[in-house]
Amino acid sequence: MNLSEYLRPSDGHVANTFQVAARRVPLTPGTPLAWGWLLGPLLLLAVWIAGSALGLIDPRVLPAPWATVRTAAHMISQGRLQSDLAVSAWRALQGLFFGVLLGVAAALFSGLTRIGDYLLDGLVQMQRGIPALALIPLIILWLGIGEAMKVAMISLVVFLQIYMHTHDALRSIDRKHVELAESLGLSRIAFLRHVVLPGALPGFLLGLRIGMAQAWIALVVVEEVNATSGIGYMITLARTYAETDIVLLGVVIYAVLGLSTDAAMRLLQRRLLTWRRTLAS
Amino acid sequence: MSIAVRVHGLVRRFGERIVLDGVDLEIRAGEFVALLGRSGSGKSTLLRALAGLDRQTIGSGDLSVPDRVSVVFQDARLLPWKRVFDNITLGLTDRSARSRVDRSLEEVGLAGRGRSWPYELSGGEQQRVALARSLVRDPQLLLADEPFGALDALTRIRMHALLRQLSARHRPAVLLVTHDVDEAIELAQRVLILEAGRITLDVPIVIEPEDLEGRAALRAQLLAHLGVPGAMRSPESLNRAAAATADRPAGYSQSDMSYPTERSA
Repeated sequence: MNLSEYLRPSDGHVANTFQVAARRVPLTPGTPLAWGWLLGPLLLLAVWIAGSALGLIDPRVLPAPWATVRTAAHMISQGRLQSDLAVSAWRALQGLFFGVLLGVAAALFSGLTRIGDYLLDGLVQMQRGIPALALIPLIILWLGIGEAMKVAMISLVVFLQIYMHTHDALRSIDRKHVELAESLGLSRIAFLRHVVLPGALPGFLLGLRIGMAQAWIALVVVEEVNATSGIGYMITLARTYAETDIVLLGVVIYAVLGLSTDAAMRLLQRRLLTWRRTLAS
Repeated sequence: MSIAVRVHGLVRRFGERIVLDGVDLEIRAGEFVALLGRSGSGKSTLLRALAGLDRQTIGSGDLSVPDRVSVVFQDARLLPWKRVFDNITLGLTDRSARSRVDRSLEEVGLAGRGRSWPYELSGGEQQRVALARSLVRDPQLLLADEPFGALDALTRIRMHALLRQLSARHRPAVLLVTHDVDEAIELAQRVLILEAGRITLDVPIVIEPEDLEGRAALRAQLLAHLGVPGAMRSPESLNRAAAATADRPAGYSQSDMSYPTERSA
């Protein structure tokens, strides 16, 4: 076929060829918006407000948002909400601290040495199979029913996530980068610092993100055991006295904590992983 | 002139398969040697042995290399989480080395790009950073494993010029592993052909750049040796090439008698 014949726009299909090429389907999700991640949660809030205002939602089933705000204001004025929140946050923070510390150490030991792999990985996988709820009675036996037990449970949950994801990322560090480090004569410390840790960072951050979310969840469980303070205790107590508004307030607080934790983690990921070009960026 | 690399009876095997079958090789300080060979001939294995990157491989033989050995791989192998500057200084502990980075970046034509992330660079630019990373270590031996294999033809030509210029200035001994006959003729002072784990051809290159006839003949000769006889020229032009390469400068230790020197297998 000669070229001029091919390009002649007498046939509509041929003429269109150029436009089709220009309109190639973009497979990336598009330009990110600064506060875009709030859209879903705000929409849910809008539906809740509208439903309650229009009387579509029975307040006995789900109290109105303003009722929840009123409950919160009342509890803050009594000083109960902030003290419960502070106690829970402190427990979560301690659990996070120990969980991250042990998780990273274990991931490095088992990811970088054979003996560590053989010793630790099987144990962690075993422990991962045990539901946290089944462990609580044992941990109570060992650590009592005080703060130590609660922090230990949260640490355990965080540890697992940190270990799993850091270990996985560490194991998938490109062999070529290891070879490069060898050819440059890097010391073990320098290799750890310049290759292993930055290479495992994406996995660590993912583990931290999931671990933090689960730390808040673990709080509810452990604060049902002999607690006299904390958000979990607040909910348990309200459930006993059928104070739906307080239960709902507790749920809202968890939701807000979950969302803001995740947002903070995403920001951290973006800051620390500027070198990555992914579908999301 | 002193010898930079001395290899004697080097054997490397993967399982039952013998990859290097008694390689003998000497490279003088400052000498630029190209190592040709078909895929699977053991080129990379030899280079990895010289680089000390084959500790898990079974083998024997004597090997002596200088203290400062740098490797340039086929891929630039930059750490994606480090900026260009930090990629170049990776593992360097002395402060003076850091001050040399700017100069080495300038040498490879990337002055002012130290703050860039690797993903912001083109393939050719990344490979130039890899070169800078090698040069800043002031290597006595530069090992390059098909360093331009992944680059486009135009970039490759520029990189050839750059590598020739840099090796002329810094005078490391260079072993360039390639499967590109033209690249070998273009850059090297001496070409080796590795075949089934043995060096079967060792030719000094002393053709003047303007001697196109001689180049073509050498090219055909090397290609024929590599098992591409289609590119063979007439015997007459071959003879002329042999005559052209006969009056090479003194000091090429290996093949002093005739060109090309066939080694006994």
